[in-house]
Amino acid sequence: MEQPVLADHPGGVTRRPRPRLGKALAPYLLSLPAGLWLLVLFLVPLVVMLSLSLQSCNTATGACVMTWHWGEFGQQLSLYHAQFITSFYFAGAATILDLIVSFPIAYWIAFHGGSKKNFFLLMLLVPFFVSFVIRTVVWEFILSDQGIILGTLKNAHLLPQNFHVLATGYAVVAGLAYNYLPFTALPLYVAIERIDKRVLDAAYDLYATRRQAFLRVILPLTVPGLFAAFLLTFVPALGDYLNQQILGGTSNTMIGTVIQNSFLVNLDYAGGSALSAVLLAIALVGIFAYARLLGSRTIEDYI
Amino acid sequence: MSAVVTAPASAETGQARRGAPRRRRWTRFVLPAYSWLIIAYLVFPIAVMIAYSFNKVTTGLPQVSFAWNGFTTQWYQQWKDIPQLTSAFWLSIRLAIVATLFATVLGTLLALALVRYRPPRFRGRGLVEQIMFLNIAAPEIVLGASLLGLFVTINVARGFVTLLLAHVAFSIAYVTVTVRARMAGFDRTLEEAAADLGANAWVTFRKITFPLIMPGILAGALMAFALSIDDFVTSNFVSGSAVPFPVWVYGATRIGIPPQVFVFGSAIFAVGILCALTSIVVARKQT
Repeated sequence: MEQPVLADHPGGVTRRPRPRLGKALAPYLLSLPAGLWLLVLFLVPLVVMLSLSLQSCNTATGACVMTWHWGEFGQQLSLYHAQFITSFYFAGAATILDLIVSFPIAYWIAFHGGSKKNFFLLMLLVPFFVSFVIRTVVWEFILSDQGIILGTLKNAHLLPQNFHVLATGYAVVAGLAYNYLPFTALPLYVAIERIDKRVLDAAYDLYATRRQAFLRVILPLTVPGLFAAFLLTFVPALGDYLNQQILGGTSNTMIGTVIQNSFLVNLDYAGGSALSAVLLAIALVGIFAYARLLGSRTIEDYI
Repeated sequence: MSAVVTAPASAETGQARRGAPRRRRWTRFVLPAYSWLIIAYLVFPIAVMIAYSFNKVTTGLPQVSFAWNGFTTQWYQQWKDIPQLTSAFWLSIRLAIVATLFATVLGTLLALALVRYRPPRFRGRGLVEQIMFLNIAAPEIVLGASLLGLFVTINVARGFVTLLLAHVAFSIAYVTVTVRARMAGFDRTLEEAAADLGANAWVTFRKITFPLIMPGILAGALMAFALSIDDFVTSNFVSGSAVPFPVWVYGATRIGIPPQVFVFGSAIFAVGILCALTSIVVARKQT
């Protein structure tokens, strides 16, 4: 409809050289709003966190003064190293479970999903259509002593009456494994889906057995996906505190709960910041290893 | 899929000689059965949630009990009987809408910059990418805790505004990544053609670029909305006086979950899954 406008558009037909400054600034102008937002509300808070961890805080009022108190890290770690170890243990167990459980289904959808691929992927994502907190609460219902599973088994006298899962580490790992399974399955799916099927056929043409084709073609080609899946599952599970609080009872405290209590209950901002900084440092080891080995951009392919 | 490459002529799978010799056994039975089992495992808690939203309550307190007391639709009729829960829900909806608007605009602009400009013209592009990577890969609890540290240090009262600031902060990178992925196959010559035909930069953007990247922007917006409405970890740190839905439910777990929580959960699930199924059907019709 607007093509006739051309006639009275000054310099419309001959490509008028655009103002140089504006063009040179274009990439910076486009990224400025998001960049500023991330600077002020992502990077600055991390710096503030590091600074807070070196301050001394009045836990009654929450007021903090800078004292360069490096001992905070040592103190916090000696107080809470057990919770760090528990977190590693639970997050590691859940991640390994998720990797084992989701590899076959990711493989099946990628190679044999056919026209229903999108439907199956939606099914992998289906937990995300229910709020994270509600999902975890529902697991509390499922695993409760007289709930659907344990209650039925107890009524059938397959389990002793005093058997329980809630308030144990098993319940926490079960909750973590369920909640983070899509974070494992999707990167694996993306990695397997990307394998050129002709490479596999070439392996068979060269008389590879199924086992050889799997171990020497498919598995090596999915290593980046396995690493991404590990990172995207393990790091959030490591900092998770909801599963532990709802399913794990008062024992088996994970580091996330300690951080949450420091910030929201005890108003110990210095201690909480020090623990968060340590947690971030641990995650950074994995993140940097990933970036060095596979490049930071590749993680985007798996999101 | 692979049959097309290996043996296009033979329709029968058994005839595909060049494929794996014993492919049929695994892929025909064990793998599909296993996969459906996993899908059942993923869906099971949702079925339980929906079932418990119909559970009768025998005690006087408005709490769902672990035991099954019989079927009732009472909680669907009384879905807004808990004012704090209802207001928390609407707060989450408002927050998600506003956060999505901000995050989508900012994230899309950043994606445009990243797709079109490379280092000689866009210095610091690599830095921006690394910041986004860090933002996505860092544990969320650290982001939430550090934001609380910032708000406490500069003495900002926590409420809707701090929630909004935080939600946009963790959504931008996801929007950018989603939009950029959809822009990968974008044909720049279309824009050049528009310019050759005399369109100025704005007209080119409005008539050519924007309609083409619209599906990517929509996908990014959906991502931001889903992240925001479901966020618990960050919100729990920065919510203060304004309590969004997940944080309210978390608080309620200490005293007992009212059945209305499961009613809201089931409703959100129904709406979400309907949207997703519609988009799959639409996508299939288009191809």
